[in-house]
Amino acid sequence: MAEHLLDVRNLSVEFHTASGVVKAVRNISYHLDRGETLAILGESGSGKSVSSAAIMNLIDMPPGRITSGEIFLDGVDLLTMKPQDRRAVNGKRIAMIFQDPLSHLNPVYPVGWQIREAMTAHGLSKDAAEAEALRLLGRVGIPDPQAAMDKYPHQFSGGQRQRVMIAMALALRPDLLIADEPTTALDVTVQAEVLALLKELQREIGMGVLIITHDLGVVAEIADRVVVMEKGALVESGTVREVYKNPKHPYTRRLIAAAPGKGAMHEDEAKGEMLLSVRDVRKTYGAFAALKGVSFDLMAGQTLAIVGESGSGKSTLARVLLRLDEPDSGQALWKGRDLFQLSPKELYRLRRDLQMVFQDPTQSLNPRMTVFQLVSEAWVIHPDILPKAKWRERVAELLVQVGLSPDHMRRYPHQFSGGQRQRIAIARALALEPRLIICDEAVSALDVSVQAQVIELLDRLRKDTGISFIFIAHDLPVVRDFADQVMVMQKGEIVEIGGVRQIFDAPREPYTRALLAASLDPDPDIQAAHRARRA
Amino acid sequence: MSLSSTETDPALREEASFAVRMGRMLLADKFALIAALFLLVMIVLALIGPVWLGEEAIKQNLRGRNLAPFDWSRGWIWWMGADALGRPLFARIIVATQNTLMVAAGAVVLSAVSGTFLGLLAGFSSPRVSQIIMRLADVIMSFPSLLIAVIVLYLLGSSILNLMVVLSITRIPVYLRTTRAEVLEIRERMFVQAARVMGASGNRILFRHILPIVFPTLTTLATLDFAYVMLAESALSFLGIGIQPPDITWGLMISQGRQYLTNAWWLSFWPGLAIILTTLSLNLLSNWLRIALDPVQRWRLEMKGPSHG
Amino acid sequence: MLSFIRKRSVASLISLAGLIVMVFFLSRMTGDPASLFLPVEASAEMKQQFRELHGLNDPLLVQFSRYVGDVVTGDLGESYRKARPALDVVTEAFVWTLWLAVITMSLVTSAAIVVGSLAAFRSGGFFDRTASMLSLIGASVPDFWLAIVAIVVFSVNLHWLPTSGTGSVLHWILPISVLFVRPFGIIVQVVRGSMIGALSSAYVKTARAKGVRSGPIIFIHALRNAMLPVITVIGDQAASLLNGAVIVETIFGFPGVGKLMIDSILQRDFNVVLAAILVTALAIFLMNLLIDLCYALLDPRIRH
Repeated sequence: MAEHLLDVRNLSVEFHTASGVVKAVRNISYHLDRGETLAILGESGSGKSVSSAAIMNLIDMPPGRITSGEIFLDGVDLLTMKPQDRRAVNGKRIAMIFQDPLSHLNPVYPVGWQIREAMTAHGLSKDAAEAEALRLLGRVGIPDPQAAMDKYPHQFSGGQRQRVMIAMALALRPDLLIADEPTTALDVTVQAEVLALLKELQREIGMGVLIITHDLGVVAEIADRVVVMEKGALVESGTVREVYKNPKHPYTRRLIAAAPGKGAMHEDEAKGEMLLSVRDVRKTYGAFAALKGVSFDLMAGQTLAIVGESGSGKSTLARVLLRLDEPDSGQALWKGRDLFQLSPKELYRLRRDLQMVFQDPTQSLNPRMTVFQLVSEAWVIHPDILPKAKWRERVAELLVQVGLSPDHMRRYPHQFSGGQRQRIAIARALALEPRLIICDEAVSALDVSVQAQVIELLDRLRKDTGISFIFIAHDLPVVRDFADQVMVMQKGEIVEIGGVRQIFDAPREPYTRALLAASLDPDPDIQAAHRARRA
Repeated sequence: MSLSSTETDPALREEASFAVRMGRMLLADKFALIAALFLLVMIVLALIGPVWLGEEAIKQNLRGRNLAPFDWSRGWIWWMGADALGRPLFARIIVATQNTLMVAAGAVVLSAVSGTFLGLLAGFSSPRVSQIIMRLADVIMSFPSLLIAVIVLYLLGSSILNLMVVLSITRIPVYLRTTRAEVLEIRERMFVQAARVMGASGNRILFRHILPIVFPTLTTLATLDFAYVMLAESALSFLGIGIQPPDITWGLMISQGRQYLTNAWWLSFWPGLAIILTTLSLNLLSNWLRIALDPVQRWRLEMKGPSHG
Repeated sequence: MLSFIRKRSVASLISLAGLIVMVFFLSRMTGDPASLFLPVEASAEMKQQFRELHGLNDPLLVQFSRYVGDVVTGDLGESYRKARPALDVVTEAFVWTLWLAVITMSLVTSAAIVVGSLAAFRSGGFFDRTASMLSLIGASVPDFWLAIVAIVVFSVNLHWLPTSGTGSVLHWILPISVLFVRPFGIIVQVVRGSMIGALSSAYVKTARAKGVRSGPIIFIHALRNAMLPVITVIGDQAASLLNGAVIVETIFGFPGVGKLMIDSILQRDFNVVLAAILVTALAIFLMNLLIDLCYALLDPRIRH
């Protein structure tokens, strides 16, 4: 039998936690060869990152424990190595890059120093390492590498930081690179660039790449083979094409079905009365112009999607419309009144009509309040909506409406999963019986399969109650099945606004086209066609 | 570590009430448990001490002057020995508990309440008001606090109330800074924004959303500060400008025993030990509280297993 | 960087001005200076003379501006007992205290960082549990009690060390040892807590993935990040040593500013007392500035 570069056999890892022993991965096996890319696909809680932590010897023991298995690198078991031999493997033969480069780079040392250390830790002289670090920074596409050497991580953009991480990881030309969600926190256009860079460097060095991701699109773009994990077990494996076209396990099928951008688009129909009319809104923070004159209209019962990358001003727009921040100029007509001119008392009344669902439900729900208190707080603040005697009944009704059970009322937010928490947040917004709900990245913190469910819920609520939505997202496919109108923003300005069919089928502006091209399709054939077109 | 929660998981974790959970976590940390029990005994002694042993503590007994400890031929009340006037040390220490704890408790409550109030104000009002309050805190912080206490007590005369006030003033900045820093952080959190979007008033946000989050930190801080204030009080009493005889505190007792150090060490030793044990208990309890009240670290105690730090 | 220092200095100067105001009113508001500054047996005539001599009959604002002028020119009045400028008396004593504080804090800081870091590295282990318990006890011991116990043991019974004065190196051992204990206990705990956080951080994971050895991971990667909260506490502890280790100085007869203050209060030498407060406060301000500088040096995010 030919020896694989990496061969993981029957690996099981468990963690001791407050709620007992959690078997994070159970008996999983996979292998990887030089020059090949293997993706581990899974949602949160699938244990997809655990095996790579075991490969890198990064599991804290306790509370973790490896209960069975072997990990062979070129035929040598990493788990039974002597500590000093083991240390020599990390960085030299196996390297790793992580999801959030800002927290994974040491904030108090210059990046040049940190890249150099990757080499000096394995015996390279300081001067040689310095020269190589400089070359690497240039190679990964950091502008002005000489100056960049002395800069600190916080002085780079997210994409640049990930490039720095890549330079650091590839300093010693490792045999194996592990990439744990390397592009998750990045903008779509930056994600495409970083993935292309990884592929290029893989060809150059000939290393095997193990990529861990929750995103079918990333798998389709970069991987040769894929293994799918669910709740600590490996449920399916094969070539990317095989698994996508012919999934065997029901979980894989569910995952593929949940990928956004597959359903029917809304027809662009003329809707009822004008609800909100925004004209020339501007907002600056210091010298930074977040909004440079934004205007749009929203009809009752309509869903407007606002799509843009970081720095596009989409979240600022939401904050300004909700009067969480004051705009510098412009107006927003709501039922004929300018939102920005309302007195505190009028504003208080307006709050009933205009609600918001935030990105991360873990943070938007007060951890010390029960679900009942969270939802009924609306009526404490606005006592004329509902007499106190009916609160319990109405909370139960709302919980059922968002797909939860009435006996969840007494529980605290941390007892729920991410998707359930977002449902609670939606119930809270509904308690005020608003006309418009602004969803700021309301599904981007959720797993793909949960995302689909929450979007479905929002769409149903719109049909049942006639509420309008402004739905803010950083990625186009998410809004495809849900929006009536789509507005694309970049650097504080509207690039393009139009019906959902027009934006997706006939985008006018180059930036919209670039965004569409950069978003990854879960179908490996489509993705291959994209790549061919780019090349 | 949320490894097992998925969307369709119907079996949510049931949770016991706050008191039951705190009790369980206290049982899980045996040092904190002993500390809590010790402090409980001290509080009981502080309440009943003067009534129980008040007489014995002031009765002079010239034949028992500087009586050595562990002389079991006399009554149990003499087991710690006696002071220079032949008064049983055991009785005196127990009677002194009340003043010692009362001064510290008073100072802690005064400083915690006013410091928290000013901190909320500084964190929630205009930058200018906030700046004024913070500079004031700086001034207090850079004052040589013990010396200010010395001067003020010297000028105003020392009474239990003055002692409390002086000690509390020097500790206000601690609560003020902590509260302000936390308020500044919490008010940017999403759930506070969510409350604003619903139209909640400033008061509601402050008292319903922000204060409950700050409260655990303040409790931990106050426990730790209790120990600090106790040490400061005993230092002042030791210098002779704190509590005045015939009132007694542990610090004063150490001071009174100082001149007999060479031939009767126990006069200063026992009250010193009382101070150490009480402060130590407070420190242990504060460490435990810091973990027990932190939702992120709580699992260490709830696991009940070997503690990982 | 420069603007950071400028901002901090301005804030400190404002506070310093506030302090001068408070010192002035402390000296004028807490009673009639004439009866305060003069011995109890002074006659009414003498008091009147005193008032006129020091302009105490002028309006308060005039007195205040004169006081500020005096402070700025470094004239803090005469010491009544020593018949020398109060500032000289205080500076002399302050130098002793400064030495005591600097030596003690250097020892405390280096020892606490090493012990705290090692405890954090193997948290839950034997060394950690021992160090944690000892530091807790250390943080709980009143220094004056420790001082008299130390005198009984090492001076009275064993005759190893002198009880008071500053004559030789031996004289410094007891005061420094006694002053060492509490700050050490407190700082070890902070270092340990902060290091545990730093060692479980993401960038330490990266360093381990790079194959960096344990030594550099603890003392280069984690420690510099963990020092930020530690520095605050070091500053607090140093401040409490600077504003006079009053009791320890008194017990060991050490001629520092703490002992000087107590003596001056008891002798009603209030010019010296006020001068001492101003000098120590100034020192603490300078030290806080130094602490802020350390922050900026350690953390580039504060600099930019």
